[in-house]
Amino acid sequence: MQLPRTRWVFVSLILLAVASSAWGAERVEDIYKTYCWQCHGKRADGMGVNIRDMSVQPRDHSDAKEMSGRSDDELFKAIKEGGQSISKSVQMPPWSGVLSDDEINLLVEYLRELCECKFGS
Amino acid sequence: MKMATKRRLHGPAIWLCLLLALPVSVSVWAQDEGMAILKSECSSCHDLSGPAPTTLKGLWAREAPDLFYAGIKYKQNWLEAWLQKPQRIRPAGMFYANHIKAGEDGDVIDESTLKPHIALSADQAHEVSEALMTLKSNSDLIVKGEYKPGKISPTMGELMFDKFRGCLACHEIEPGYGGLAGPEVFTVAKRLQEDYLISYMRNPQAWDPKIFMPNKHLKARDLQKFVHYFRGLSEEKF
Ligand code: HEC
Ligand code: HEC
Ligand code: HEC
Repeated sequence: MQLPRTRWVFVSLILLAVASSAWGAERVEDIYKTYCWQCHGKRADGMGVNIRDMSVQPRDHSDAKEMSGRSDDELFKAIKEGGQSISKSVQMPPWSGVLSDDEINLLVEYLRELCECKFGS
Repeated sequence: MKMATKRRLHGPAIWLCLLLALPVSVSVWAQDEGMAILKSECSSCHDLSGPAPTTLKGLWAREAPDLFYAGIKYKQNWLEAWLQKPQRIRPAGMFYANHIKAGEDGDVIDESTLKPHIALSADQAHEVSEALMTLKSNSDLIVKGEYKPGKISPTMGELMFDKFRGCLACHEIEPGYGGLAGPEVFTVAKRLQEDYLISYMRNPQAWDPKIFMPNKHLKARDLQKFVHYFRGLSEEKF
């Protein structure tokens, strides 16, 4: 007896899904909530619980005008190496010790969804 | 004649041994009592055996600080005192995102979600602190004697903590001043062992893989200076 091909595809897709969650792939929304909400806020508007005494306002990630002024490479760099790497505030921390490059790439894509914008537009 | 002298010598020797063993057995007894309390009263919230969470969902679900390396993290006299009169250390609780709500001027702490901590009697606090000091996982992350006592001016310390390194964004340096997602640091030198502080600041994720304190890649000299600064802060009266 042989399983029809479509069923094989289905089974392997399920296996893939199970395997990737077992490898510990995290959802990008969850990463943003854990590490970024504290300063950038639940609403991604730069109004996190930490801002009371901060001397520089965290970027409003929903602000299309500001966010479209940055290339994806710059966003990646800011997240990985911190604000200072793109001549911005030290209060934007470097996340290289916590997040993998893959996770940071996901965050860059996610920021583009939040601002509904692209570099230059 | 010989026998008699021997017997006379034996008597005191045995008593001496018993006397010397007494404090040891009392402290072993206190540890056992303390461990029993930890298991029955504390383990519903605190992890006593490890390891620390390795997924974000695990991090969010953690109710209280891990205690399986308590013996290399806390100062015992602080433990004993705090357990009798616990006071908030993390303004926004263990995982801040579980304790905030969106307000008009941004996110604020939802106080109704933060509960007071269970308090122990003096005897219980002593027993529990004895037991906690025996929990020593992660000892390999500590370099004994790495911290060398020294001084830094309060102004320089604050400059480093705020302007140069951006730590103030998440930590309060006096009640009501600083960030809220992390633990207050003006009491940290009273609470925690110096060598632990150095090791934790060097690499927070070595202790707690998913924690939301960034690794700021601090130099060995800066690590020392931060501990000098915290020790200074803990002597101030607020
Ligand atoms: C400790 C507070 C803090 C945390 C936590 C934090 N940020 Fe920031 N972030 C800031 C501040 C402050 C700025 C603004 C820097 C400036 O304007 O000089 C900023 C700026 C940025 C920028 C640069 C935007 C621009 O064009 O200038 C990006 C991208 C960014 N943050 C992404 C993130 C992501 C993603 C996370 C979570 C992984 C995160 N941040 C966590 C404080 C924080
Ligand atoms: C209902 C959950 C809960 C129970 C039960 C509980 N704790 Fe806690 N404990 C917490 C939370 C939450 C904190 C963090 C408090 C803060 O940061 O303000 C904490 C903090 C602590 C701390 C300070 C740790 C640190 O790193 O800041 C110690 C020590 C401690 N608890 C010991 C105990 C002991 C001993 C017991 C049992 C007698 C106990 N706890 C029972 C929730 C609990
Ligand atoms: C983005 C927020 C954030 C920033 C920025 C930050 N921390 Fe932390 N810090 C935390 C969190 C979260 C913890 C761990 C909380 C816990 O264990 O419950 C922590 C823990 C600590 C501790 C141990 C305190 C304790 O009570 O267990 C020290 C010391 C510390 N940080 C120092 C620093 C220094 C120095 C800097 C700057 C170089 C810094 N932090 C920057 C969030 C931050």
